[in-house]
Amino acid sequence: MSSRDDILAAIRANLPRVDRPLPHVPLFDDDPPTSLLSAFKDSLHRMGGVFLDPPASGDLLAPLRAKIADAKIVCSTVPEIAGNRDIAGVGVVRDLADVDFAIVRASFAVAETGSVLLSDADLRVNAVAYLAQHLIVLLDPADIVVNLHHAYRRPEFRDRHYACFHTGPSATADIEGVLIHGAQGVRSLSVLPVVRAGDPNH
Amino acid sequence: MSTVREQTDDGAMLHPEQRAEGDPDAIIRDGRRLDHAEGTSKPLRAHPEPQPRGAKVHGNRPVDQQEAAARFIAAPEHEKMHDERLWDLRQKRDREMHGIPEWEELRSLASAIKEHTLTHLDEYLDQFEANASANGIHVHWARDAAEHNQIVHAILRDNGVKSLIKSKSMLTEECGFRHYMASVGIEVIETDLGERIQQLDNEDPSHVVVPAVHKLRTDVAAVFSRTIGTDPNNSDVHYLAEAQREATRPLILNADAGMTGGNFMVAETGTFVVCTNEGNADLSANVPKLHIASIGIEKIIPRLEHLAVFVRLLSRSALGSPITQYTSHFRGPRAGGEMHVVLVDNGRSERLGLAEFWTSLKCIRCGACMNTCPVYRRSGGLSYGATYSGPIGLIIDPTFNARKYSNLPYASSLNGSCSNVCPVKINIHEQIYAWRRVLVEQHEVPLAKRAAMKAAGVLLSRPAAYRAAIAAADTALAHLPRFVIYNGLNAWGKHREVPHPPKETFHSWDHANRGAKR
Repeated sequence: MSSRDDILAAIRANLPRVDRPLPHVPLFDDDPPTSLLSAFKDSLHRMGGVFLDPPASGDLLAPLRAKIADAKIVCSTVPEIAGNRDIAGVGVVRDLADVDFAIVRASFAVAETGSVLLSDADLRVNAVAYLAQHLIVLLDPADIVVNLHHAYRRPEFRDRHYACFHTGPSATADIEGVLIHGAQGVRSLSVLPVVRAGDPNH
Repeated sequence: MSTVREQTDDGAMLHPEQRAEGDPDAIIRDGRRLDHAEGTSKPLRAHPEPQPRGAKVHGNRPVDQQEAAARFIAAPEHEKMHDERLWDLRQKRDREMHGIPEWEELRSLASAIKEHTLTHLDEYLDQFEANASANGIHVHWARDAAEHNQIVHAILRDNGVKSLIKSKSMLTEECGFRHYMASVGIEVIETDLGERIQQLDNEDPSHVVVPAVHKLRTDVAAVFSRTIGTDPNNSDVHYLAEAQREATRPLILNADAGMTGGNFMVAETGTFVVCTNEGNADLSANVPKLHIASIGIEKIIPRLEHLAVFVRLLSRSALGSPITQYTSHFRGPRAGGEMHVVLVDNGRSERLGLAEFWTSLKCIRCGACMNTCPVYRRSGGLSYGATYSGPIGLIIDPTFNARKYSNLPYASSLNGSCSNVCPVKINIHEQIYAWRRVLVEQHEVPLAKRAAMKAAGVLLSRPAAYRAAIAAADTALAHLPRFVIYNGLNAWGKHREVPHPPKETFHSWDHANRGAKR
């Protein structure tokens, strides 16, 4: 017998003979926060992320430009701002090793946890979100869901081959519990509220 | 133990004053100190203390957890840091629990979903395999650790792999994977900071979530100065972490393959999910072209809606943060890439047939039971001499080797805290107790313990004999010389004073004072 058949046969022989029905999982959304955006900002902040508030001037991209002003290599996958490393021209992944700032758009965000979902479609090359020193994420405030129960109803988890919740930057507390940002991945994660371009809802 | 802690924080390593401004280790945002995943600690010590090492393992002979624990306790700085760091995680877990009104409902749901899945495990694995294969994932099945290692080796050999980067996986620890790869000449590089520290120090992880939690920063400085060339006198944590990042990055960029574990598999979509804080699993999976994930068969859940329950519970229970920094969902290979999943049994299907112990397969490896356990916190994970330590280890390890781990179920006070914090409601302390009985029945428990338990069993079944024995013991304890009470045969006399015996037993007091009224 193959290992597969062996294992499945062993499981069948040993299945506990008890009735355990699959429970219904509620959405736990009876008492949502008054503002999903504020709840998201609070959660993001707790997890070490930075929310870039829109400036009084109304120029939404101004805080982003200020952040990347001194950066050598900027790789952008969004139409709102151009970088100087074309993601389409990346032949091998390690070509992204010297990127200072990566700029991407999130599929959506979760107020409960402060997470942004980045899929393979958002990233183009998945590794850009981990090899870059810093990550800037554009988020349409209309794309925030209240909690993880709602999040897992989103189509990305059925359509995409890769999708990852980023909640703040890479972090570790493996030595004596001291918090370090930038353990192996990005040293900082900033979220900028920018309405999705060309969205008929806006 | 916990009451002592609540009374006084004098001399604590987790200093309230360190939380104030001026702590060089703090990350402050808008005047608030960030503490996701953090336990604040005192930065410098006058007298570095050598790190106590783990249990002495001699082949198949029973591991002496007490002996190793005694050496850990004899290193007060290590013991104190370990105890307080883990208790800090437990308190952060409680904070998260109180922030979610439906917490207990989530625990019940998680338990019910897991029990349902385990009682239909064959169907869901079959479904996962079909869906993952349809998405382009190569699915393999491994009966045991040896077969797992051979399967992974064959994949690596076929792809000409010389170096492999991997994220932390308890399953690969269980399989002795790194030792095997070393024997076939493939370089394995752990990319989780704690796991890398342990790898460089030739030591197993001591905790399922924080593998190097038993080490002080001075220990890490010693390991790094020896292995990656850091300054031996610099134990600044930021310096050490940054040095490791810089040393590991070229290894990540040049690796031929990447390997991860898996926290969950979703049957309906063929997805596997990996939760990390460092982003190292995503580097391992997304930088090399080849990604292999080794996953225990019990990690499966039916649908995405169930995943929400577990993701909400996992990091809150583990570290007291609402979610891990990264929760990665892999449903298929990326363009030009190759993805393999190895489904590993290694004793799990057999465990499923143990009427009293099958629910231990619900475990999601959060480590909450370890963080709360007074024995674990004071003795260090390496004292158990097994892949899994702490309360969950006590009930899993004997299924791997009943003789070798026959002492472990005694490393518990049966206080039940482990069961109370378990996010999937495993009755851990009841299973620990049940294992003591099973191991005695199987004659795996040492003679002195067995003889004592047998004598106790006889006494406890005869009330009159029990009362006579208690009265005689109290009299004897009051008059016996110390060497009779405090010797190797009496575990209750180790590391502590036996309580003063009462002048009379409750039963004799009751008889004298109340007996006449009945």
